[in-house]
Amino acid sequence: MAVVGPLARVARLGSSICRNHRLILNRSSQRRGIASCIDPAHGLTDEQKEFQKVAFDFAANEMAPHMAEWDQKEIFPVETMRKAAQLGFGGIYVQPDVGGSGLSRLDTSVIFEALSTGCVSTTAYISIHNMCAWMIDTFGNNEQREKFCPDLCSMEKFASYCLTEPGSGSDAASLLTSAQRKGDHYILNGSKAFISGGGDTDVYVVMCRTGSKGPKGISCVVVEKGTPGLSFGKKEQKVGWNSQPTRAVIFEDCAVPVTNRLGEEGQGFSIAMKGLNGGRINIASCSLGAAHACVQLARDHLLVRKQFGETLSNNQFLQFKLAEMATKLVASRLLVREAATALQENRSDAVSLCSMAKLFATDECFNICNQALQMHGGYGYLKDYAVQQFVRDIRVHQILEGTNEVMRMIISRNLLTES
Amino acid sequence: MSGRVLVGVKRVIDYAVKIRVKPDNTGVVTDGVKHSMNPFCEIAVEEAVKLKEKKLIKEVVAVSCGPQQAQETIRTALAMGADRGIHVEVAGKDYETLGPLQVSKILAALAKKEDAQLIILGKQAIDDDCNQTGQMTAALLDWPQGTFASEVSLEGDKVKVVREIDGGLETIKINTPAVVTADLRLNTPRYATLPNIMKAKKKKIANVKPADLGVDLTSRLEVLRVDEPPQRQAGMKVETVDDLVGKLKETGRI
Repeated sequence: MAVVGPLARVARLGSSICRNHRLILNRSSQRRGIASCIDPAHGLTDEQKEFQKVAFDFAANEMAPHMAEWDQKEIFPVETMRKAAQLGFGGIYVQPDVGGSGLSRLDTSVIFEALSTGCVSTTAYISIHNMCAWMIDTFGNNEQREKFCPDLCSMEKFASYCLTEPGSGSDAASLLTSAQRKGDHYILNGSKAFISGGGDTDVYVVMCRTGSKGPKGISCVVVEKGTPGLSFGKKEQKVGWNSQPTRAVIFEDCAVPVTNRLGEEGQGFSIAMKGLNGGRINIASCSLGAAHACVQLARDHLLVRKQFGETLSNNQFLQFKLAEMATKLVASRLLVREAATALQENRSDAVSLCSMAKLFATDECFNICNQALQMHGGYGYLKDYAVQQFVRDIRVHQILEGTNEVMRMIISRNLLTES
Repeated sequence: MSGRVLVGVKRVIDYAVKIRVKPDNTGVVTDGVKHSMNPFCEIAVEEAVKLKEKKLIKEVVAVSCGPQQAQETIRTALAMGADRGIHVEVAGKDYETLGPLQVSKILAALAKKEDAQLIILGKQAIDDDCNQTGQMTAALLDWPQGTFASEVSLEGDKVKVVREIDGGLETIKINTPAVVTADLRLNTPRYATLPNIMKAKKKKIANVKPADLGVDLTSRLEVLRVDEPPQRQAGMKVETVDDLVGKLKETGRI
């Protein structure tokens, strides 16, 4: 099968270039889904394909060229994210009356998957931001929605989600940050760990203890940056997700108006869990995008790299490995999309499906990206090549939004509980 | 003046796709290959929508000629801000031989039917690189043309066009109605926003057949064969400049 040489393609691009000639050099392989068995457009409605197209275009033009720089210089790309918000990506599943796009969970998954091919870390932050905006939209009263959501949807303001603490990660319900009622304020004391965006964001959705031990004592409050008593730890140095700052968030007699509480006292844990269902689909979707990009990178590399007198693509082991990667990618994608649909329709299996999707997709997609790196040989280890950044960026997806071990807990509980 | 602008949009193989020639050398593989709007057509749509936003024109109508899938391209134009679409149905053999001559006849007929003030097209399509449709359409309508536009401004009933030509930039003023073709630096096409994509669903796309417009689609061209460009040959090293000149003469280069 003859393939037109790279020179001819460059010449073709040279005479007719799109979007002001963004010829991405060794990123050129991060193209939109080229029709084939792994094309993420399969099975989507025409409208979803349009959403996906915008997201892919945005990822290829506005994110992919900067992905490496954002990672190496640890830049939080505020301007780029605001551009994304202008397209409606700031509050994808937030209701339109407060500035959101009012789309479905499946539309959201498709969009994050596509954006992730441009930069996983930034897309993951955008998804966390979206989750916070949704929480306020869904559980807030009209005043809270009107106060916070429009600015979040436009990304005039950025949000962070604060659940995890130094002493409570998987055992989230044991969190200690206390919120003592004093008149018309809650006085918060405690600290949160590993907060994405922490220190650089404006709105913090915080789970704190207003009642007694256990999940029923937890409430959800919105804390604004600049509130006295709110401070931040040092910026963490991470293996990946470097385009978003991660810091501890510290509350020292931080007074938060009671009017900033979302929902009722004691409703916080339920809000957190509901938010996490969607968050898990979003993170899994980010993993899908990374894996898709890596399968294409690996494929392109196999077609170009020669050893033992022929291209690597003639090697049966590598052909089979690529086939396995593609199969696991499509399987992951189907599971994630089904979970998104189940969540949208409020099906009884939504929670377990979201857990299964997060578990399966993050694990498999990490393996796919890792395998793609291996296929690049020594080059895969160099930061000049994007594949290593995908590997580093999605490694954490197996840990946050509920570790994959916690996902197993949720699923096994569903199986073993007598009903 | 009607204040109506017709924008032609063509569905082509996506610019990032690696093109493959069909084994029978009759054309390139299009089945199952990713298609999208021709990049120069995107620039044309963007310019039309900008004119509407400046309130210099009233309505943007996106037109595409082709099979069912051409509607996707029209939807993209609607999502960018076009008001309505016209899908001219051309399928099968007719579509395979559809070229600038046929499309210009269609556009000319539509321009008269829709009482268009301005036709904006991309300067060329990235699949055939013909660079003819704009010029032919203007000729059929006997309208002035401003091709390779890098700047367009409406001044009363005239259009000022800055054209990118080999010698540099040429500024012309032409009467409307006119045909303008968009070049690369005319603008940067906007991304469709999610709300606009949803609004586009409600916008109308009319279906029209070429016969309804009285257009004869017979092609005057026959494609004999399609081949890949020749594989790059290895070069060779020579010792002296005289050798170099000798070799160049030998291979007929000079």
